[in-house]
Amino acid sequence: MTGSSRNTFYVLLLTLVLAGLWTGSASAQGPTPTDDEVNRIAKQLYCPVCESTPLDVCPTEACRQWRDLIRTMLAEGKNEEEIKQYFVEQYGVRVLNEPPNRLVSYIVPVVAILLGAFILFRGFQTWIKPSMMKSNLEDAKQETKPFQDLYIAKLEEELKKRK
Amino acid sequence: MIANFGFGVLVITFLVTLYSVFAAIYGERKKIPAMVESARRAMLLTWPLLTLTASILIYLLVNDHYEVQFVYEVTSRSMPTYLKVTAWWGGQAGSLLFWSWLMSAFASLVTLRKWDRDREFLPWVIVVACVTMAFFIGMTVFFESPFAQLYQMSTGVEAHTFQPANSILFIPQDGNGLNPLLRHPGMVIHPPMLYLGFVSFVIPYAFAMAALITGRTDDRWIRLTRRWTLWAWMFLSFGLVLGGRWAYDVLGWGGYWGWDPVEIAAFMPWLTGTAFLHSVMIQEKRGLLKHWNMLLIILTYDLVIFGTFLTRSGVLSSVHAFAQSAIGPLFMGFVSATLVASVALIIYRWDSLKSETEMTSLLSREALFLLNNLLFMSILVVCFWGVIFPLISELFTGQTVTVGPPFYERATGPLFATLMFLMGIAPLSAWGHSTVKTIGRAIWKPIVGALIMTAIIFATYTRNAIALVGFFLIALVILVTIYEYWRGANARQKSQGENIFAAFWNLTGRNRRRYGGYIIHLSMMLMAIGILGIELFQVETQGALEVNQQMSVGGYDVVYQDIAQFQGPDGREVTRAVLSVYKGGEYLGELNPRIDYYYDAQQTMTIPGQRSTLRDDLYILLVDWEPASATGATFKIFVNPLVNWLWLGSLLFLVGIVIAAWPEKDAERVAVHSNARVQQQTSAAD
Repeated sequence: MTGSSRNTFYVLLLTLVLAGLWTGSASAQGPTPTDDEVNRIAKQLYCPVCESTPLDVCPTEACRQWRDLIRTMLAEGKNEEEIKQYFVEQYGVRVLNEPPNRLVSYIVPVVAILLGAFILFRGFQTWIKPSMMKSNLEDAKQETKPFQDLYIAKLEEELKKRK
Repeated sequence: MIANFGFGVLVITFLVTLYSVFAAIYGERKKIPAMVESARRAMLLTWPLLTLTASILIYLLVNDHYEVQFVYEVTSRSMPTYLKVTAWWGGQAGSLLFWSWLMSAFASLVTLRKWDRDREFLPWVIVVACVTMAFFIGMTVFFESPFAQLYQMSTGVEAHTFQPANSILFIPQDGNGLNPLLRHPGMVIHPPMLYLGFVSFVIPYAFAMAALITGRTDDRWIRLTRRWTLWAWMFLSFGLVLGGRWAYDVLGWGGYWGWDPVEIAAFMPWLTGTAFLHSVMIQEKRGLLKHWNMLLIILTYDLVIFGTFLTRSGVLSSVHAFAQSAIGPLFMGFVSATLVASVALIIYRWDSLKSETEMTSLLSREALFLLNNLLFMSILVVCFWGVIFPLISELFTGQTVTVGPPFYERATGPLFATLMFLMGIAPLSAWGHSTVKTIGRAIWKPIVGALIMTAIIFATYTRNAIALVGFFLIALVILVTIYEYWRGANARQKSQGENIFAAFWNLTGRNRRRYGGYIIHLSMMLMAIGILGIELFQVETQGALEVNQQMSVGGYDVVYQDIAQFQGPDGREVTRAVLSVYKGGEYLGELNPRIDYYYDAQQTMTIPGQRSTLRDDLYILLVDWEPASATGATFKIFVNPLVNWLWLGSLLFLVGIVIAAWPEKDAERVAVHSNARVQQQTSAAD
């Protein structure tokens, strides 16, 4: 690379970097975020003062101001996580629509359900004797009628007798 | 004066319920039938007494007696009369009285039945019903009196049941007015339905306890209360659906269910009640699971009380609110005491509750019903944990957390899907034993049908995997149910020579419980279509529009035409927008979303403009508007696909439950008819 071409390369590189920076800052200050963009984040937050009301549907004046705050933060280039983090810092984790530590919130029901399933299947093992299962299988092999339902079978038996 | 009279009647009713409890126990212990009869009559007296109390309260509500604290809190002069009457259950004290009144009606109804064959149950049914009633009436007498009056004291205005010294009666000019959210026709019937469901579950519980106390632990108590349980379940289910419809029409967030703790509080007894409805059949048919059925009805009863506690104690807003009123600790104490006493009774009768037979197959109907119970209990665990987790978190870490829809949807979604799959298999299994082969032989046709329907949905409607699994399961359950109907009707058609309609009619009439149950399964699937539609395919957009400006969403074009503000007849200011709706260029009509501002309660309500079809609902909310120019307004538009199927399903559900709960002819009498043989075989088969 010659000296002039190297200079041209540096100028181009600088231009590209500056252009990139300019584009970045332009998008940060860009057009006002739409209501849908605001609601997409507000939907994941709960009103910090009302009970059990998501922020996107809360009709109070305070919530309107919080939605405007989300709009402002979006316009400043903040992303979803940053905005949610801001609300958590200001009002506590209760503004999030689910507990921050998922492991803690899910572990108890999952363990309880697995335990219930385990108890039930142990129960099945105790209740159902292997000999019974075998005889059931044999019953099934001998089965030739299309329906197992006793009610239907009896009705069809009646029909045959009448004929 | 009138308020004092009302309070006096309430106190007398409380004493009568206590007398009933003691007379029943004493009469039973000392073997004095006259005492038990006296207890029964005392219990019968509670309903007229509470009706008188309620009439006095309604008189005060309708005639603007604002010196009564409850009247002041829930009514205002501008409210129409019917709302002043329904304000009875619009506040804490009134709703406790309403609960007691319904309970007394049900208790009276149950004591009016013939007790000849079950006389030993009577005293204990009276005891359980009257203890429950005494608890609720006691609550209104001692802590939440609807007849407390306002008195001007030197320190300010205070509410007291009896006039304090150096005070004068304070009569406000107008009341606060009912919470606007409760001024909706849906709210007129939603709470009574829910409460009916709650109180009617007390009856099977009372019989279960009577069975445990007397040691008569066969399935007689289940047979006696079968219809009660079905009606209780119907009221509770319909109460939940009405609550959903009310939320959809009034709350203005485009949905019907928000996994709010108050909703879950009513949903939890429904879960155990539904498990119980299935599980008792195992005991009736096979003599199994007697302990489990007892436990389920105890859980249902205590969840009813726990649900009332959750919504009434203020504990949901903060765990610290629990101790602020006496209501919270008392409810907690009552729930704990009844739970401990009931479980102790089960342990006491453990041996006599042992199963009469053994389970013989993993695919028998009883085994599948047990799986169904496991799933209902799993959903209950998720719901219970979701409700109490914030309280536990606040108690132990001081950190308040919110458990919102994502938790419940993620945790219960697979459980509901498995339940639907079971709903597809179980009707094809037989009591006693079934094998993969017998079920496979019956199910392959519905599976093929469901796969074809899913393929059509894949080609024409959606490629969302969760939706396709959901639609497959819905199609499977519907086809299995129709197939079961068809098999039965076809067999009748052949054997009785009936035409297909008569065969369907008679088939259902011969075994209402089974075929009513199938209709309920179908109705649940229609509801599932609506739930899948709105949960997975709802689209929404929000934006500000100038007059004649258009916004498009989900294939609809909406044009903002006008906005107007006027005074409503019942003390509200109405701001009503006019929007024209088009689809594919075709004009479909006008929608009028509005905001109502209630002067007395100083609260607004956002009422959507809705256009409903079987395909979808267009649901428009007026979010904001500019009073100065009135040219610009902000709208939020939802397109909720298939949601109407949810409401249609709930209507079919009513049909199903009426069929299932309709009184059947006495089996013993039916047996003597000329075609007795077939009928006996029918009942034997089921």
